[in-house]
Amino acid sequence: MPAVQETVERVKRIDVDQYRYGFETLIDSEKAPKGLSEEIVKFISQKKNEPAWMLQWRLEAYRRWLTMTEPTWARVEYPKIDFQDIHYYAAPKPKKTVTSLDEIDPEILKTYEKLGIPLREVAMLEGIEPKVGEQDPAQRKIAVDAVFDSVSVATTFKAELKKAGVIFMPISEAIREHPELVQKYLGSVVPTSDNFYATLNSAVFSDGSFVYVPPGVRCPMELSTYFRINERNTGQFERTLIIADKGSYVSYLEGCTAPQRDENQLHAAVVELVALDDAEIKYSTVQNWYPGNSEGKGGIYNFVTKRGDCRGAHSKISWTQVETGSAITWKYPSCILRGDNSRGEFYSIAISNGFQQVDSGTKMIHLGKNTSSRIISKGIAAGKSQNTYRGLVTAHRKATGARNFTACDSLLIGDKCGAHTVPYIEAKNSSATFEHEATTSKISEDVLFYCIQRGLSQEEAVGLVVNGFVKDVLQQLPMEFAVEAQKLISISLEGSVG
Amino acid sequence: MALLEVKDLKVRVEEREILHGLSLTVNEGEVHAIMGPNGSGKSTLSHVIAGKPGYEVTDGQILFKGEDLLEMEPDERAAKGVFLAFQYPVEIPGVATMTFLRTALNAQRKARGESEYSTPDFLKKVREVSKSLNIPQDMLKRGVNVGFSGGEKKRNEVLQMALFEPSLCILDEMDSGLDIDALRIAADGVNALRSPGRAMVVITHYQRLLNYIVPDFVHVMSKGRVVKSGGKDLALELEASGYTQFEDAA
Repeated sequence: MPAVQETVERVKRIDVDQYRYGFETLIDSEKAPKGLSEEIVKFISQKKNEPAWMLQWRLEAYRRWLTMTEPTWARVEYPKIDFQDIHYYAAPKPKKTVTSLDEIDPEILKTYEKLGIPLREVAMLEGIEPKVGEQDPAQRKIAVDAVFDSVSVATTFKAELKKAGVIFMPISEAIREHPELVQKYLGSVVPTSDNFYATLNSAVFSDGSFVYVPPGVRCPMELSTYFRINERNTGQFERTLIIADKGSYVSYLEGCTAPQRDENQLHAAVVELVALDDAEIKYSTVQNWYPGNSEGKGGIYNFVTKRGDCRGAHSKISWTQVETGSAITWKYPSCILRGDNSRGEFYSIAISNGFQQVDSGTKMIHLGKNTSSRIISKGIAAGKSQNTYRGLVTAHRKATGARNFTACDSLLIGDKCGAHTVPYIEAKNSSATFEHEATTSKISEDVLFYCIQRGLSQEEAVGLVVNGFVKDVLQQLPMEFAVEAQKLISISLEGSVG
Repeated sequence: MALLEVKDLKVRVEEREILHGLSLTVNEGEVHAIMGPNGSGKSTLSHVIAGKPGYEVTDGQILFKGEDLLEMEPDERAAKGVFLAFQYPVEIPGVATMTFLRTALNAQRKARGESEYSTPDFLKKVREVSKSLNIPQDMLKRGVNVGFSGGEKKRNEVLQMALFEPSLCILDEMDSGLDIDALRIAADGVNALRSPGRAMVVITHYQRLLNYIVPDFVHVMSKGRVVKSGGKDLALELEASGYTQFEDAA
């Protein structure tokens, strides 16, 4: 059988049921009744003991949302979502107020252990730390905020971060403890009226992470949030707000998983980043939501709004994403380059297999003078999936000297999938320099045979070629994540050929 | 001892028969040259031995160390010691040559139930071999064959041959695209690998290559069959009289 034919056969038999994180955790939880109304918004706000201004903010968003319609311009197809058939709030039932990790429901801790997430900072603090001079970079400390369904269950290394002046806590706590910061910045990058899903999120978000890095501080460790959807019929609407004050630096990692379920689950998050003068934010995501089964049943609908504002001069925001999960991905981490000489970067690996649909990309909005941006996007489509890169690069009239470089590469595995590139480029002044490069290639049978002749199995050969294809982006990830992402890429493509 | 036995092999590509009953026996330690005009089936033979998809064997047998080669997957054949040096080695962007060598070598060792090489042992081995082939270390850091010259690509093939230590090496048109100096370096590398336990099948159009890699036997192929076999002098004879005399014999 010719290899092409063989590949096609294998792709037909593709099985994306190999999702590793498809287990469910049995814990008592407290859920809001299904559906959305002002009462539900009030219920969520009340559950969170929020101040009146926050409730007001939510209600305004909710009223706005009622007037909006779902966007349909993306290259994704799915049955209409019944927004009244979703629980907008679910929380593990608190036994009492949690003050240390030991008081967290052991079932939840076990879940995170299964996911390989180090919530137990205790172990690291008590003598397992590498000695000075022999620090293993793979064992660097990472502060973790774990969000289980709608609620943040644990944040580690709080004390150590506090010493450096860094605030890292669930946003629900920040609303109570640092209202001046939250009020100043929440919604300042993604306004409540921004888009259908962001507005919905503004009305009902229940938790997420809040980070503030004070002027001149280099955050002493990687900050990380792991999101886990557990409950049935639950939407997860987390909200993340990161502020890097003048001259500061922070690197933030985000990981996502969910149990295997037949029904689709909605995930509509909002992430806002603000970088003031000379500040830098590096935001990395490894997204591995449940992608649905081999018939395309179930999976997460991932409608996410992520945007960074390079508000100050010489500021820099860098997005790196490895997208392997979700049934539908609708996601465009963007940068508003407001400050003069600011820089935005977007590095993306988007892998789709089975029946997954990905419509992802970025927006680089050049407003300040001499702003620059760089987009490196690697899309890999296998199985019967559709993978679209959608990007906007625009230079405002006053953004003299704006520069962008874009490279979009797509790799196809098999002949039942599709890769699409939809770039929008607008320059409103003549001094802007925009470059766009795009390639689409099929994984060549000759390349595979060469590798196999040297002793690699078909699957190893595909893994090797794909890892070579995405190398430029993997290098942008913090080391701990790069290794994980590399493994994830191989797992996501298992069964796509031989 | 017979290492490779091809018996009455018939091969089709998309309904068209390319090999019409080819037989060839290669013993350990021997170097066989296969010559013949374009379209005589030389490359088809090398591809079928290596297991390249797209060829249908309709009759005949290939035994390798007495085992049925056609029953094995191409990667199993590699692990058993079949190596094909490609006429046009492919480029693999983003995969460092060193990474590729190590991944392939360890995959073969694993398939044979041997332990994987440790990093220092592996590096030591690669350095030794690449030095003897005049391959600079920074070439090993570049993507596999990416931006390599014709000569570098062929040396990279010989490097792999030396590292993997196969018992059967098939060299498909190794001289194509090489100038005399590059050809000499590659051929010296190949000659260094000649050993009593290893056999080679050298496929070429031209006698030129056989000045550098001197064969024990020469076979002339025409229209999908071996039409004449002889010693190394047969190649010289062919160079003088051309292939046309065999067209009718086939």
